[in-house]
Amino acid sequence: MNEERKYTEIPKSKFRFVDSSDIYHDKKIETKPVGYFQDALRRFSKNKASVVAAYIILFLVLYAIIGPFCFNQGYQDAYATDNQLIYYKELLPRISWLDGTGVWDGTKKVEVSQYTYDVYRGIGIETGHDPIVEVYDEFETEDIFHEKSKMYTIRVNTYYMVKAITLTLTYDQYKALQDWQDENNIQLILPRVKNQANATNPNIWYKSDQKGNAEKDINGNFVPAYYTDGPDDYTSEMRLEGDPGNWKYAQRTGQSGKYNYVVRVSAYDYFVYKYGFEPCFTFGTDTNGYDIFSRLASGARFSLLLAVFVSIINLTLGAIYGAIEGYYGGATDMVMERISDILANVPFTIVTVLFKLHLAPIIGKGALGIVVSLLLSFVVTGWIGMASRVRMQFYRFKNQEYVLAARTLGARDRRIMFKHIFPNSLGTIITGSVLVIPGVIFSETSLSYLGIIQLDTSTMSSVGAMLSAGQNVMTSSPHVVLFPCIFIALLMICFNLFGNGLRDAFNPSLRGSED
Amino acid sequence: MYLFKYILKRLGLMLFTFLVIITMCFVLVKLLPNSFEPKPGQDVQLILIRREMLGYDKPIIEQYFRFWFYALQGQFGASEILYPNQDVWPIFTSKLPFTMVLNLCSIILSIPVGLGLGIFAALKKNKWQDHVISTGVMIFVSVPSFIYAFLVKYLLYFKWGLFPATANAANGALSWDFIWSIVPAILSMSFGTIAGFARFTRAELTEVLTNEFMLLARTKGLTRAQATVRHAMKNAMVPIFPMILGEFISIMSGSLIIEQLFTIPGVGHLYIQSIQSQPNPDYNFFMLLNAFYILIGLLAGIVVDISYGIIDPRIRMGAR
Repeated sequence: MNEERKYTEIPKSKFRFVDSSDIYHDKKIETKPVGYFQDALRRFSKNKASVVAAYIILFLVLYAIIGPFCFNQGYQDAYATDNQLIYYKELLPRISWLDGTGVWDGTKKVEVSQYTYDVYRGIGIETGHDPIVEVYDEFETEDIFHEKSKMYTIRVNTYYMVKAITLTLTYDQYKALQDWQDENNIQLILPRVKNQANATNPNIWYKSDQKGNAEKDINGNFVPAYYTDGPDDYTSEMRLEGDPGNWKYAQRTGQSGKYNYVVRVSAYDYFVYKYGFEPCFTFGTDTNGYDIFSRLASGARFSLLLAVFVSIINLTLGAIYGAIEGYYGGATDMVMERISDILANVPFTIVTVLFKLHLAPIIGKGALGIVVSLLLSFVVTGWIGMASRVRMQFYRFKNQEYVLAARTLGARDRRIMFKHIFPNSLGTIITGSVLVIPGVIFSETSLSYLGIIQLDTSTMSSVGAMLSAGQNVMTSSPHVVLFPCIFIALLMICFNLFGNGLRDAFNPSLRGSED
Repeated sequence: MYLFKYILKRLGLMLFTFLVIITMCFVLVKLLPNSFEPKPGQDVQLILIRREMLGYDKPIIEQYFRFWFYALQGQFGASEILYPNQDVWPIFTSKLPFTMVLNLCSIILSIPVGLGLGIFAALKKNKWQDHVISTGVMIFVSVPSFIYAFLVKYLLYFKWGLFPATANAANGALSWDFIWSIVPAILSMSFGTIAGFARFTRAELTEVLTNEFMLLARTKGLTRAQATVRHAMKNAMVPIFPMILGEFISIMSGSLIIEQLFTIPGVGHLYIQSIQSQPNPDYNFFMLLNAFYILIGLLAGIVVDISYGIIDPRIRMGAR
C-alpha cells in the first residue's frame, strides 16, 4: 500500500519494455493524395470536347509560330519593296499535288465573253501556259438591244491568266533576263506588240479591232501583231514559236550609252525567274499579291501575342487590385469599386480611339505606336473583370480559420494575401485569363476590321486587317476572306470550349458530379 | 417607397458615373490635335474667326462649361468635316431610326427563337436534340458576328441574289424597302443573340426543372406542359426578363460592324465615319456619340438591375 503511493520514486527496475515485436499501426494509405491541380487536370481530361479543343489550339498556335517560315522567304521579303506583286493578286488556293483534280488546284469555273475567251486563248498560245483548263459549254446571250453575243462556260487556271507584264529595264537587267531564258530553255521575253486601239491590255498580241476583239484569219487562228522593225539588241537564242525571225523582243529607248528597254514578259515565267519557284500558294494570294498562308500565320501570331500580353498584364493588375479590395474591404473597397465602376463603363472603342490619337504619336511612329497604344487600351479596362473575380475569392476566403491562424502567428498582410489566400483563387484566375484571350482577339479583329486601328502594313498584318481587306473582293475571290474567317472561327470556338472545360475543372463544387 | 428610393439612388450613382466619364472624355478629346484643311474656296481667316467664336482657343475648363451650357439646351455644336457647318444633333436624330429599326427587327426575331430553342433544349436535356442545339449555340456564341455576316452576305446576295448588297435607305427607316434590304443584316445580327438567349434559357430552365416544387406540381396532377409553363417558366424568367429589357434599351446603340458591313446609314456608321474622318476626327460628332453610347450602356445596366427588383420581390427586399 505504502509502496504503491510512492509515485515519485518508482525505481527504474519496475518498468519494462512493452513487447516491441508487436507494433500496431494504422493501415497505410495506399491511394495517393490528389492535389487541387492534379484533380483539376484529371477532371479536365475527362471532358473530351475541351481536350480536343486544347489540341486544336495547340495546332493553331504552332501554325502561327512556324507558318511564316514555311513559305519562300525571298517572296515575303519582297512585300515591302516589290510593286509587281500586284500582278499575282487574288490567285486561288493551290496545292501542287492536287493539280488537275478541280479541287484546290487554283482553278475556277467562270462564264466569260468571247473577248475574254480570246484573251485567255491568246495567253495559252503565246506563253504555253493555257489558262483554259476545260470548256464546258458555249451559249448565246442577248442584251437589251437584242445584240447577240457568244458566251463560254469554262474552267480557268488563275495562275496562268495573270497578265503579261510590261517592264522598263536597263541593259544589264535585260541581258540577265535573256541569259536566264537561254539557261532554262523557257520563253520568258515576249515580242513587242504594235500599238493598237486596245493597247492597255498587254495580253492582246493578236490583231484586234477597236474594242479589242480578235480579228482572226480564215482558219480561225490569231494573226500576230508584233513589231518587226526597230532595234531590240536581242541576242538570246530563244525565239517564240512561229517567229519568222524579224519579230522584235524589246523597244529601245533613251540615248546611246544608257539605253532603256521596254520589254513584255510572260508573268508566270517572270515569277519563276524572279523568286525562283513556281507560284503555288496553298491558301492563294490576297489583294496585294501576298501569300495568305504565311501572312495569316504572321497575323495570327501577332493577334495571339497581343492577347497573351494583355492577358498577363491584366492578370497581374487585376489580381493585385482585387486582392487589395477584397482583403481590406470597407472604405477602401468602396472607393476602389467606384473607380473600377467608372472605368468599366467607358466604352472600349472610345478608349482605343483616344489612345490611338493621343498616345500613338508620342510612343513612336508607325506600327509600334499603334501596337503599344492598342495594348494599353486593352489594359485600361481589361483588368476590371479579373479584379472583381479575385475580389470575390478574397471575400470568400479571408475570414476562414486558417487565415485567422496565420494572422495569430504574426503573418503580415502581404504574406496572408499572397501566400495563403491567393493560391485559392488561382483556378479562377487561370480560367479567367484563358477566356480573356479570345475576347482580346475578337476586339482586335473587330477594331482593325472597322479600320479604327490600322495594322496592315507590308511587313505586318492581323487577322482583322486581312478580313477588312478581303471584303471588297468577296464576289470575285471569296478565298481571301475565307481563310481568315475559318481561322478566327476555329480559334474562338476552341478557346471557349477550352476555357469552359478549365472552368468546370477548377470548380470544386462540380467534383464528382460528372462521374 | 423603398423601391422608389432604390431607383433614385441608382439613378444618382449613374448620373455621377456618367458625368465623370464625360468629363474625362471631354478633356481627352480637347487635348487631341484639332487641325483643319481649308477646302478650295474657303477663307482661312473666316474659319479661324468661327473657331474662335466657338471658343476653341479658350482654356479647356472654360470650354467644358461652355459645352454643358449649350448641351443642356440641346445644342451639341456643328460638324466640321463630315457635314460642314451643320448641327450634329439633327443629323444624329435622323440616323437613329435606321439603327433602331435594325435592332428592333433583330430582337423581335431572336427573342422567340432563342427562348424557344432554349426551352426545347432544356426539356430534351441530354437527348440528341439538346446536343444538336447546344453544339450550335456553342458555335454561334463563340464565332464573331461579322464572320457569319460574311457568310450571309455571300450566300444571300452574291450566290442567290435575293437581297440588295447595301441598305436601301431612300424611303426612310420605316419603309418596307429598307426593312427588306436589311434582312441579311438582321439575320447576321440575330444568330449571336439567339444563341445567347438559348444558352441562358436552357441553363436557367434546367436548374428550375430539377427543383422539388416541380415534383410537387406533377404530383398534384398537372401535366408536364402545365407544370413547365406555369411553374418552371415563371421562375426561369426571373433572370431572363431583365436580359430582354436590357436588349431593348440597347436597340439604340446598335452594332458598329454590321452597320459598316451592310452600309446601313445608322448611328454606328456615323460613329465610325466620325472617327475615320480626315485630317482628324469630327470632334463634335465624336463627343455626342460617345456621350450617347455611354448613356445607353449605363441605362441598360440600371434597367436590368431595377427590373430584377420589380420582377422578383425577394431581390427587392434585399435592396432596402
